[in-house]
Amino acid sequence: MSAIGLAHPSAPVASRLRRLVSLTLIHTALIAGAVFMLLPFVFMLSSAIKPPGEIFEATFRLWPRQFYALQNFQSALTTAPLLRFLLNGFIVCGGILVVQLLVAIPCAYALAKLKFPGRPLLFALVLLGLCIPVQAPSLPLYIAFAQLGILNTYLSMMMPFFLSVFAIFLFRQFFKSYPDEIIQAARLDGVGEFEIVWRIVVPSAWPAIAAFSVFSVVAHWNDLYWPLIVVSDTKLATPPLGMMYFADSEIGSNYGALSAGATIITAPLVVAFLIARRRFIAGITMTGIK
Amino acid sequence: MTAIAAPPDMVAAPPARRQQWIEQLAGLGFATPAFLLLLLTNLAPLAALAFLSFTNYELGALDFAFVGLKNFGTALHDPVIRRSIANTLLYVAIVVPGGVLISLFVAILIHRRTRTRGIYEVIYFLPVTSTLIAMATMWQFLLHPNLGPINRALKLIGLSEVPFLSEPRLVIPTLAAIGIWQLIGFNMVLFLAGLSAIPRDLYEAADIDGASHPVDRFLKVTWPMLGPTTMFVTVTTFITAFKIFDTVAVMTHGGPMGSSEVLLYAIYLEGFQYFHMSYAATLTLIFLAFTLVFSVMQTVVLDRRVHY
Repeated sequence: MSAIGLAHPSAPVASRLRRLVSLTLIHTALIAGAVFMLLPFVFMLSSAIKPPGEIFEATFRLWPRQFYALQNFQSALTTAPLLRFLLNGFIVCGGILVVQLLVAIPCAYALAKLKFPGRPLLFALVLLGLCIPVQAPSLPLYIAFAQLGILNTYLSMMMPFFLSVFAIFLFRQFFKSYPDEIIQAARLDGVGEFEIVWRIVVPSAWPAIAAFSVFSVVAHWNDLYWPLIVVSDTKLATPPLGMMYFADSEIGSNYGALSAGATIITAPLVVAFLIARRRFIAGITMTGIK
Repeated sequence: MTAIAAPPDMVAAPPARRQQWIEQLAGLGFATPAFLLLLLTNLAPLAALAFLSFTNYELGALDFAFVGLKNFGTALHDPVIRRSIANTLLYVAIVVPGGVLISLFVAILIHRRTRTRGIYEVIYFLPVTSTLIAMATMWQFLLHPNLGPINRALKLIGLSEVPFLSEPRLVIPTLAAIGIWQLIGFNMVLFLAGLSAIPRDLYEAADIDGASHPVDRFLKVTWPMLGPTTMFVTVTTFITAFKIFDTVAVMTHGGPMGSSEVLLYAIYLEGFQYFHMSYAATLTLIFLAFTLVFSVMQTVVLDRRVHY
């Protein structure tokens, strides 16, 4: 740029102008895209505070003439146990994540740092597992759960996801780069393998654990397929399933209340994302898989 | 462990063997829970799936018989399944190029921003974290034939109403647009990571070579350097798109007139609504066959990609 500027005295003005034009174009494109991205959110928040008569008015206005948020949220909360859905979401996602970490971390450490019989086979199975979509085993699992009589329980909602081959894969990769000398030194100090994993290696793997946690919670909080299959009891519904019941119910035609309900259902994860934006984005970058 | 205190000549041999023992025991102990769960929740169900597909088992039936490949034959001639596969492929054919190219474009535009990058990142990523079921309900309002704001706006600028979800030919493209809306942020983040990994001096070198126009820079540096990321994003997008279920289950239920029936939704109906277990198992195997090539590619790329 500066080389060109020296050659042609008129260039700085021209290049500044060109830069201004290109910046305008870039931001126009990005803002147009942003409007498309935000459209349902804006509509949701705006409808949640409008009285029924104003929602589908001919001209869309952001802020209602009559502030109706209290009524909408109140009728949303009284017709459907929305807070219960959120609680179910916390229980299911939390339960899944805790077991996933407890199972995957030692296994990943063993695959990365310990020589034991069957290690190549186990790793091959982990890679095989990575190729199988979560929907594939659902049919036999459903039959088994029906036979065991554990449909409509938290356990049946969580159990298929207790083992995350992806977690094993990710943590193994992370643990492999952990220096062997530190592990050897700990062994010489008489530290057992169990303690080496949980007190020495795990704290250093915090970024990978955080990344996986983000990935796991986002995936299971928003999962509809499996809860829809195993749960028919409204009281056990997770947020997406609850939202589906809610939209199908009578209040489904009360758009204000439905929008208020959608706001409540979406809020926890979106708020978490807004607070921990960098963690979320780092998590997705590191895991990069759905 | 107590061997540290032992005389030097004793240290070498026995502790090494002892260490081997400990490693083997600990390794097996650490791996067993994962292995059992893998067997129970993944491998055994897959075997059962293959087994079921050769039977005529229905949930609740006391007896079943082997029927060979009959289920596969039925599936191949089932108009619902053929339609579902065609619709799924059409959806994938829109979402994959759209979801990859748009997010690449957005990532390139956002990448160079300094002050505004954060806000754009948040906006474009927002749909990834929001519950799709809730947002699908909102899209349904927005797209409502005569009351929805989108059709109102179209009418306002003199265009005619578009029956996004009630016209059979428009349903899949509409759902695909929502699918892309949900995916852009996710892919964008991966592309942004890929873009920041490109060394700056490559652009300087391209400048010296006379490639200073943005299009030249893109074709000579960005595109080739992003190759692995693009490949990974494409494969992941394919798998995600092929698994379309949520928007169909909430917004269209496969309609109108079967024009939005997709494979996973057909499996759901056959297996968990009509309880035709053996048939649903067959359909699941067909579903697996479609995704397998891409899942294997994803795993191979992932194996090479995740390095610290």
